[in-house]
Amino acid sequence: MGIFSFFSKEKKQDLDKGLEKTRENVFSKLSKAFIGKSKVDDEVLDELEEILVTSDVGVSTTLKIIERIESRVSKDKYLGTSELNRILKEEIAALLQENNSGDGEDFDIRPGVKPYVIMVVGVNGVGKTTTIGKLAYNFKKAGKSVVLGAADTFRAAAVDQIKIWGQRVDVPVISQGMGADPASVAFDTLKSAISQNTDIVIIDTAGRLHNKINLMKELTKIKSVMQKLLPDAPHEILLVLDGSTGQNAIEQAKQFTAATEVNALALTKLDGTAKGGVVIGISDQFKIPVKYIGIGEKMTDLQIFNRKAFVESLFEQSK
Amino acid sequence: MFEGLSEKLERSFKILKGQGYITEINVAETLKEVRKALIDADVSFKIAKDFTGKVKEKAIGQKILTSVSPGQLMVKVMHDELTELMGGESEEIQIKGNPAIILIAGLQGSGKTTFSAKLANYLKKKKGKHPLLVACDVYRPAAINQLKVLGEQIDVEVYSDENSKLPVSIARNAIQYAKDKGRNVVIIDTAGRLAIDELMMNEIYAIKKEVNPQEILFVVDSMTGQDAVNTAKAFNDKLDFNGVVLTKLDGDTRGGAALTIRSVVDKPIKFVGIGEKMDALDVFYPKRMADRILGMGDIVSLVERAQEQYDETEAKNLKRKLAKNEFNFNDFLKQIQQIKKMGNIKELASMIPGMGKALKDTEIEDDAFKGIEAIIYSMTPAERENPKLLNGSRRKRIAEGSGNSIVEVNRLIKQFEETSKMMRMMTTGGNRKMMQMMQQMRRN
Repeated sequence: MGIFSFFSKEKKQDLDKGLEKTRENVFSKLSKAFIGKSKVDDEVLDELEEILVTSDVGVSTTLKIIERIESRVSKDKYLGTSELNRILKEEIAALLQENNSGDGEDFDIRPGVKPYVIMVVGVNGVGKTTTIGKLAYNFKKAGKSVVLGAADTFRAAAVDQIKIWGQRVDVPVISQGMGADPASVAFDTLKSAISQNTDIVIIDTAGRLHNKINLMKELTKIKSVMQKLLPDAPHEILLVLDGSTGQNAIEQAKQFTAATEVNALALTKLDGTAKGGVVIGISDQFKIPVKYIGIGEKMTDLQIFNRKAFVESLFEQSK
Repeated sequence: MFEGLSEKLERSFKILKGQGYITEINVAETLKEVRKALIDADVSFKIAKDFTGKVKEKAIGQKILTSVSPGQLMVKVMHDELTELMGGESEEIQIKGNPAIILIAGLQGSGKTTFSAKLANYLKKKKGKHPLLVACDVYRPAAINQLKVLGEQIDVEVYSDENSKLPVSIARNAIQYAKDKGRNVVIIDTAGRLAIDELMMNEIYAIKKEVNPQEILFVVDSMTGQDAVNTAKAFNDKLDFNGVVLTKLDGDTRGGAALTIRSVVDKPIKFVGIGEKMDALDVFYPKRMADRILGMGDIVSLVERAQEQYDETEAKNLKRKLAKNEFNFNDFLKQIQQIKKMGNIKELASMIPGMGKALKDTEIEDDAFKGIEAIIYSMTPAERENPKLLNGSRRKRIAEGSGNSIVEVNRLIKQFEETSKMMRMMTTGGNRKMMQMMQQMRRN
């Protein structure tokens, strides 16, 4: 996993020593397969296929990428391995939606919207609450006021978990306790934000598997109840995906989008060996940009997604 | 569970259908499809490759058998291979020793805490054990509290030390505590950790050394992609675990991790998590899973789950009532509740061979019975006891009370009458008449 190496030195130093790995650039492997060849042959394509598939890119997206490269190479007349590398990265990056804010570095929100409401959704165990804690930290550091809504009233001790994050980051958490109606918690949180003139509202929701119809309906309800107070809320529906999830993430994106019109993705747990390549297909298919990546358990371990760095990381392997 | 994979395999087998025999050429096309399907089901790239290679060898070796269709033959070869890949027979959890010590390990968010509590519940209810849960996740906010809440739900004590940040000593003290209190199984829940996080991997290794567990279970999310191989291997290298637990299998259409892990680490999958309720835990059966992957259904699991909910005295009671024509709405309600206890209806139905595919796009809601229950709950006790009382004005009141139209109330009462008639025939042995009636019902 190599996302780190492409972020600034300062950020890189934040990483725990224990997490550092030796890496080998797979491009060198690809280049070797290329020596003395004038066109992209089966050996190169096989190598490429394996790299992409083992990064969870999936068969159909992999084939799509390979096709695009083949056609470009035949059109542009392939010159050398360095060109191939460039073309490869360009083609994959092209499938990734640009962030609304461009490939920015900062934690920022759409100007002129107050409060800006972010609703966080996803299946169980992907890291929703942790991502919320980190988001709150970053927004607060950027000078915004934040309030969190503890609308995961289902999972044991979920409310406690977000409250601890609230204390750590020093932002208020609105809660009604376990078993409360999540839509009502969201409503209260929004109301409090409006009266306190808060900049950003982040609503946590319970993890739910995308094939549970009633639980998906509940999300739709939370959303529509918030719209009673603010007709254009939530402004951002952030689907959190576990970076180690395979092709099932596509189904998750599909079902959550159907229920709530997801418009941003966060990819978590990228500090492990998982590559999260499945977001390429998701981004391409559903036109939803990846906004954030989670790279650890600390407050500071959330970064703005950078397409270039992400694509580079797909081609790096631990030795 | 694996509708996605079995559907794709079915499609690829169709290419083979209509051909007289398996040749190198026509099997190659199918195998390419099979490989694609396996990879899209998150089976590891290399294992999918090896697997299709093995299937190819066997399929071509059998080309002389022209009496079976090539598709059927391929299904059989695939099924045998799949079963073998997943480990042949099912394996039980080791709970010898007093106390027996079980260590739970896995990545963040894989479902360790929920599984720990489910396992405690399982051992308590099905094995008659007295478990103690131990909260060794000292890092994630509220993790200890989560285990405590679950422990309360299943009435199992949770050992924790909120002032300690040392999982090794918490585990050690917990075992002494279990001995003092006469608990015969200790389940140690640990923090989620990444396989490449050396500090954390050393910590769990230290816990293992300290408590010397009979059983170490590696918990893995069934939606895991290609990385399953790396993680399972790394945890196994460090801990030499005894078995694997696949979680969140109730939400999955694929689940290649199940196919991969066993062959990578050569350890059996022992349990599967199939829901958020505390009894949503199942033992893993490799052969049944192979059946399911190939769209052959899983009748055995279905029957077992039905048996579990079957109460003999209750059934005798019902039979007597039916014979006397005393079947009433209270009994009807009980029947519904029993079906509900068996689990998610769609999941149950998908265990029936061929149904998985048919149901893929049908939405069966968890609360399909809600409307029926609402109507019955709107009846007075006397009406439930004696359905004959239900005249027009009573029906109108029930409709209003339950928020339904009178048509729906009438329909339910008709359904009820037909059900009780049918059940009476079943118990008194009027089989042919019952068949006629079922046909009639279908026409309605």
